[in-house]
Amino acid sequence: MLQLIAGLKIPAPLSTIRCTLFLFAALAIVQPGLAQDTPLISGGVGFLTETNGGSTSYVPDIEPLLAAPIGQHILVESRADLLEFFSPTGGNQPGYSHSHYNAFTYLQGDFIVSRHFTLVAGDYLIPFNTYFERLSPIWIGNFQDAPLISSIGSFSSGSGLGGQLRGNAIERSKFSIDYAWFYSVRSSNEQFTASRGTGGRASLYLPNQRLEVGVSYDRLLQGTHENFVGTHVWWEPKDTAFRLRSEFGRGQHAQGYWVEADYRTQAFGGLDSAIGRIEPVFRMQQTFRRDSIANDGLPSVNTQRADFGLDYNLPHNTRIITSYARQFSDNGNRNIWETGIVYRFLIPVWKGKR
Amino acid sequence: MMSPKHGITCALFLASVLSGAVSAQQSSGTPAPPARPAAPVKQAAQNHGDGEQIFQQHCSRCHAAPEGFSPRISGTILRHMRVRASLSEREEKELLRFFNP
Repeated sequence: MLQLIAGLKIPAPLSTIRCTLFLFAALAIVQPGLAQDTPLISGGVGFLTETNGGSTSYVPDIEPLLAAPIGQHILVESRADLLEFFSPTGGNQPGYSHSHYNAFTYLQGDFIVSRHFTLVAGDYLIPFNTYFERLSPIWIGNFQDAPLISSIGSFSSGSGLGGQLRGNAIERSKFSIDYAWFYSVRSSNEQFTASRGTGGRASLYLPNQRLEVGVSYDRLLQGTHENFVGTHVWWEPKDTAFRLRSEFGRGQHAQGYWVEADYRTQAFGGLDSAIGRIEPVFRMQQTFRRDSIANDGLPSVNTQRADFGLDYNLPHNTRIITSYARQFSDNGNRNIWETGIVYRFLIPVWKGKR
Repeated sequence: MMSPKHGITCALFLASVLSGAVSAQQSSGTPAPPARPAAPVKQAAQNHGDGEQIFQQHCSRCHAAPEGFSPRISGTILRHMRVRASLSEREEKELLRFFNP
């Protein structure tokens, strides 16, 4: 499914309006004095299609992001997701049915004490592995859909409500270690659904090798307490436009991994040439079910999937994203075709002083 | 059906082929241009080596540079990235110079 839908919450309009009013109130108290600290609205707008097992769905989607600094140490930031999902009616009925989703992906305040300590409060993306924090924005991901294991360690909603401490633990010329630790309370608020739990992530980065290795752990502290562990390896060799990203996740009922590689050639006039803008992408995924006791968001049977993508980076922050995937499982093998176009915008909220 | 072992082997094979292609390009003798940053940022990079290096180490791991934006929001972008990438104040200033040469 599309990452946006795999993503998470389906809130009611009233709650969305309340949150929007809160954001406007936050904007109202921002001091408009600093020349380079004007609040911004960024995000992506896209039109995506997916043909899965012969059934085609269409998704116009907007993911706005707001970032508003307050003083020298505070940042209020939020991302939302507004999409309409058109899919065949089914049951031998003609036509399409549609549904819409409006959800805050996160809404948090950051208090930056130093590079070693940043206190995050509010509704935040759970720092488990890398996908949700780094690759889930529509304008960043190389594929439309989330990895099959993305729900591992995400406590169903993908976000936590409470506090988070993060920063850089150690930095030397040859390596650095970052950390993030969170505690989330249980919430059934329609806009900020969250589970009680705690956990964190630590990652080692080697700048000379451009290699990052990290481990994640979190524990659900409600209902049946469950543990989740994850590791990630990212590698971007110096002076190339090649990137290798991978994650492994293990939950109480299933485990799996994904490995993704993308490349842009610089041999024909650089990255901004017609050929340099082409970006072949490959992703391999496997999930292994340990038991079928609970619905944890992973496929109900062992699944293997290979995604072959070809993206094109147009000028003016626009990307065309296409991919073909072949998925193998005991529930049947299937082909998944995806195409989409995404435009990224980035503008100041007001004119401000220069 | 593809077995789990077969899948892992395929993934490792493809990763090694891609790594080989990258190594071949690295050893071709022609210095490659910096990875990822879009045109306006690349121009600025010539005068701001530190900022460019910081950008590549901390930002381009996840995304390409946006293709130009108002200088009025460069500080806000950096504060956002400071939280995400645990940037120090010095790195933030270097990046600010890199974005606004």
